[in-house]
Amino acid sequence: MIPAAFDYYRAKSIQEAFFAKQQAGADAKWIAGGHSLLPMMKLRLATPPALIDINEIDGLSGIRLQADGLVIGALTHHAEIAHSEEVVRTWPLLAQAAGLIGDRQVRNRGTIGGNLAHADPASDLPAVALALEATLVAEGPSGRREIPASEFFVGPMTTALSDDELLTQVRFPVPSGKVGSFYCKYPHPASGYAVVGVAAVAQLGPDGKFQAVRVGVTGVGMWAYRAETTEKELVGKLPTQENIASAAQHAVDETDVSQDLFASEQYRTHLAALYTVKALQAAVQAIQ
Amino acid sequence: MAVSSTQVSVHVKINGQEITKECEVRTLLAYFLREQLGLTGVHVGCDTTSCGACTVLLDGKTAIKSCTVFAPQVDGHELLTVEGLGEADHLHPIQQAFWDCHALQCGYCTPGMELAVLALLQRNPNPTDEEIRFGLSGNLCRCTGYKNIVKAVHQAAEIMNHPSTSQSVTL
Ligand SMILES: Cc1cc2nc3c(=O)[nH]c(=O)nc-3n(C[C@H](O)[C@H](O)[C@H](O)COP(=O)(O)OP(=O)(O)OC[C@H]3O[C@@H](n4cnc5c(N)ncnc54)[C@H](O)[C@@H]3O)c2cc1C
Ligand code: FES
Ligand code: FES
Repeated sequence: MIPAAFDYYRAKSIQEAFFAKQQAGADAKWIAGGHSLLPMMKLRLATPPALIDINEIDGLSGIRLQADGLVIGALTHHAEIAHSEEVVRTWPLLAQAAGLIGDRQVRNRGTIGGNLAHADPASDLPAVALALEATLVAEGPSGRREIPASEFFVGPMTTALSDDELLTQVRFPVPSGKVGSFYCKYPHPASGYAVVGVAAVAQLGPDGKFQAVRVGVTGVGMWAYRAETTEKELVGKLPTQENIASAAQHAVDETDVSQDLFASEQYRTHLAALYTVKALQAAVQAIQ
Repeated sequence: MAVSSTQVSVHVKINGQEITKECEVRTLLAYFLREQLGLTGVHVGCDTTSCGACTVLLDGKTAIKSCTVFAPQVDGHELLTVEGLGEADHLHPIQQAFWDCHALQCGYCTPGMELAVLALLQRNPNPTDEEIRFGLSGNLCRCTGYKNIVKAVHQAAEIMNHPSTSQSVTL
């Protein structure tokens, strides 16, 4: 399969990338790992007139644990995140989710920034970014801005980024208090993409009841979302099997459930509730 | 900043040899290696990032699927293909182990599989069965049923960890 012809710019700095974008026009696309874009170009579902390669830009990759949060460069590969001690220590579910993406070769090439910016309905990391209340740092010719994950995913494969903006960092707040987290996915048996993926964060108060609950869901609708009704139902309640199962019945309240050849609407709805229960129970168990 | 439309010159070190070659920007790395450089050990099975037959090693350690990378993206980098792994009369321990354990039948998946194994053993010199299966899940084999591949990886690991006890080449 041969993609349509395009112009190729290889940027060595963010400034060069913006300059190239200006030259190449609005339809030009950034290319990071290429593991979402290239398959689409092969099928000619995407025919960008130009690609601006951001892989050689210094400083866009790497993981740093700071007092105010875990900072991950947009160009950091899934494999690095999956095996990072800092990530495992801070937010094990992020390492878990990154480690479950596709296969080793895909994880070696795909990046966190590309995954979030592409916003595939079945991508894993959007659910995690939502559950962890991540902040996405975007830079454009007119400056830098921080976008909360809750405002980032706005439609099918659509984000709050404008055409000329580059995602440069993803910041995750560090957990405080009695917090546990878990990512649970039902992978498509061929691609590994999430048929249903649930990222759960649970915080218990001194009384043993849920103080905070955050549930990010992917694969179920056309874009990832927070299962807010489920979250609200649980706050102030004991983390019993019964309470969790009852709240998880609302796991799809915030979305229109998709269906495809692999999973009907009914089956997806069932899986969403089931995986919400599993993820929440495991998150509670993970609390030290 | 490198700006190019249509034609571009790609400079890579492949299997230890420096090579510069012109190609169309949209050339996929797998086809660049096969058709432009004659490295036909790089197989194309699916062309959809699924099967791993096109796996090569980037910069000595990173297994990538060369059907999902544009050739100009490896400009300035190093690549290893099966042609650089061993020679007919001097097999790499991984190749020898595949031979000894009958870890191939038609052989279509083998070059990609062996490079994925090399990357796996570099980061984990003593993998368990489960780690081998998980680590190689990006490489599909329609023939062997995988059992003998897992066996071969254990044998290769053994030889590579104790190179002095074998006649085979080391890394
Ligand atoms: C076989 C296979 C299996 C996969 N399985 C899974 C899976 O199980 N789970 C999963 O989540 N994903 C899966 N993926 C997708 C994979 O995670 C991709 O790597 C990821 O979605 C995109 O990241 P990338 O770096 O490859 O982005 P690219 O393909 O380079 O880019 C994707 C899009 O994002 C834009 N973009 C890239 N970087 C930036 C940036 N820094 N700022 C702004 N825009 C940017 C590009 O312009 C493009 O529009 C799979 C992919 C393949 C090929
Ligand atoms: S040909 Fe590249 S993964 Fe199948
Ligand atoms: S030996 Fe035939 S595909 Fe693996």
